[in-house]
Amino acid sequence: MIQVAEKQLEEIRAHGVKDYPYECCGLLLGRYRAEGKVVTETYPISNAREESAKRNRFLIQPEELMRGEKYARSRDLEVVGFYHSHPDSPARPSQYDLEHAWPTYSYIIVSTGEGHAGDLFSWEQESDRSKFNSEEIRVIRG
Amino acid sequence: MPVTITIPAPLRQFANGQSQIVVEAKTAGEALDLLTTNHSALRRHLFNDQNALRNFVNVYLNDEDIRHASGPDTPVKDGDTIMIVPSIAGGAVIESEVGQSLPELSNEEILRYSRHLIMPEVGMQGQRRLKAASVLMIGTGGLGAPVGMYLAAAGVGRIGIVDFDVVEESNLQRQIIHGTKDLGRRKIESARDRLRDINPHIEIETHETRLTSHNAMRLFRNYDIIVDGTDNFPTRYLVNDACVLSGKPNVYGSIFRFEGQASVFWAEKGACYRCLYPEPPPPGLVPSCAEGGVLGVLPGIVGAIQANETIKIILGAEDLLINRLLLFDAWPMKFREFKLRKDPKCPVCGEQATIKELIDYEEFCGVAAHQTPQPDSKLEEISATELNARRLRGDKIQIVDVREPHEFEIARIPGTKLIPLGHVVSRMNEIDPEVETIVHCKGGVRSAKAIEALKRAGFSGRLINLKGGITAWSDDVDPRVAKY
Repeated sequence: MIQVAEKQLEEIRAHGVKDYPYECCGLLLGRYRAEGKVVTETYPISNAREESAKRNRFLIQPEELMRGEKYARSRDLEVVGFYHSHPDSPARPSQYDLEHAWPTYSYIIVSTGEGHAGDLFSWEQESDRSKFNSEEIRVIRG
Repeated sequence: MPVTITIPAPLRQFANGQSQIVVEAKTAGEALDLLTTNHSALRRHLFNDQNALRNFVNVYLNDEDIRHASGPDTPVKDGDTIMIVPSIAGGAVIESEVGQSLPELSNEEILRYSRHLIMPEVGMQGQRRLKAASVLMIGTGGLGAPVGMYLAAAGVGRIGIVDFDVVEESNLQRQIIHGTKDLGRRKIESARDRLRDINPHIEIETHETRLTSHNAMRLFRNYDIIVDGTDNFPTRYLVNDACVLSGKPNVYGSIFRFEGQASVFWAEKGACYRCLYPEPPPPGLVPSCAEGGVLGVLPGIVGAIQANETIKIILGAEDLLINRLLLFDAWPMKFREFKLRKDPKCPVCGEQATIKELIDYEEFCGVAAHQTPQPDSKLEEISATELNARRLRGDKIQIVDVREPHEFEIARIPGTKLIPLGHVVSRMNEIDPEVETIVHCKGGVRSAKAIEALKRAGFSGRLINLKGGITAWSDDVDPRVAKY
């Protein structure tokens, strides 16, 4: 289970719509709690390599992730997951995503189209790496 | 040397919840080996089955990527820190893959498909997709032959074949999936043996049946992609409609004489066959290959295009033949292409589709009515045996052959006069109306048309159609007359 405030979900959707028809991506910062993850901030990552990276590529390079982690530590937070958009595609992870993921992290995917965002789901990898399970998003209001 | 390894938050659960672990090692590789030996549950998240670091897992020694140093052999010193940092993937999603893992390839398969594997457009991932895919081929004739052989060779994991015919001599000029040794065998058996010989790593499922409105949906359900290799309009409409109703792509090909067509009809993404041809042609207008002939290599070319598109669909390629009709003419050797558009009023894939289930396609194409002579038609007929008896009796009759001259070259009934169908009316005066006239062609269809045309043109003599044409003559009277 992952708790996300409405505001952050809106930020993720807006980022996806802004970058459409390209994919957007970013980090989910927050805390690991016994009852699940809590997201308190999103950390958008610039997407400067759309053309070369249309297929099967990494959206977030390790250097960017480390910068994000450093920023998170300065706020006493941790990286609890990632978000990215699937332009004109379902908000589901691909086989490629599965092979390039770790358990515990939340992978939020938002489906985007021209001027609007569609489904938004969170996914978590099974601990034996065999598949993604859909993860409950608990929306914090206000 | 004691070095400190920082465990990323999501993996701490596999390291007893620790965020930092100190190990004694000389190199970065040794440090990771020790770490994953002590905490074996961590290993699969860092290393793949070949014991190599997963390609999204990056190892930093004091803020430097070890890939930029000496990799796992990068030496470590006392007090160094090692960080493990993932790259985050994104990528196009293929819906059918969700929640499924693709089958692995054996070493034999890797060797077999190596020319595929070294291309990034296919690669291991693509080849595993091919292995996970299933394709149903309708027909193992001219088009089905190359389609089946190339899909089998490419490693499509499960291939279904539908056919009800047996292999005949006249098939072998183009249906290269069958051989001379297979004459008289059921086509599905002959095709299955050939495909197995090409690739023993795949599954082949045979369906010895005619594709009908009753079985099509059930058959299609078990396959990802349907390849249409049929030679007649009722089945072509049936394949199209069943694909639209079941949401499957229909990889279409058709051939006649020197000309071929190919397209991918996929209603979710573009036009279907009915968007292109809402109505079938009037029965008899478009001759079949049996009547009009076909260059043997033509289905090889068109079928290979179908196989190509099928493989691209499986690999998730772009630029498919969707909304594109490819026309090929082998005689001038020219390819042309037409843009297709989805018809919003299409009765099967349009916004207000009226066809919700499969219909009677023989009736839709007017074939049933065409093949059975109408009761009120006054077409007189004679069998080959009767005709022979009358000739032997010395009856005064004349026989007119309405086939083409090149057919006449292949085989003829002795003592006949050749007037091709297209000239029969203009050369009517060459037929004596005072004498009974027997008209024949290859199978009896064109001769019936000739009789109709002559009657309409006012020919006054008695006209009788030879049932089954020269083929029946060869079967029942004189086997020395060649069949073709």
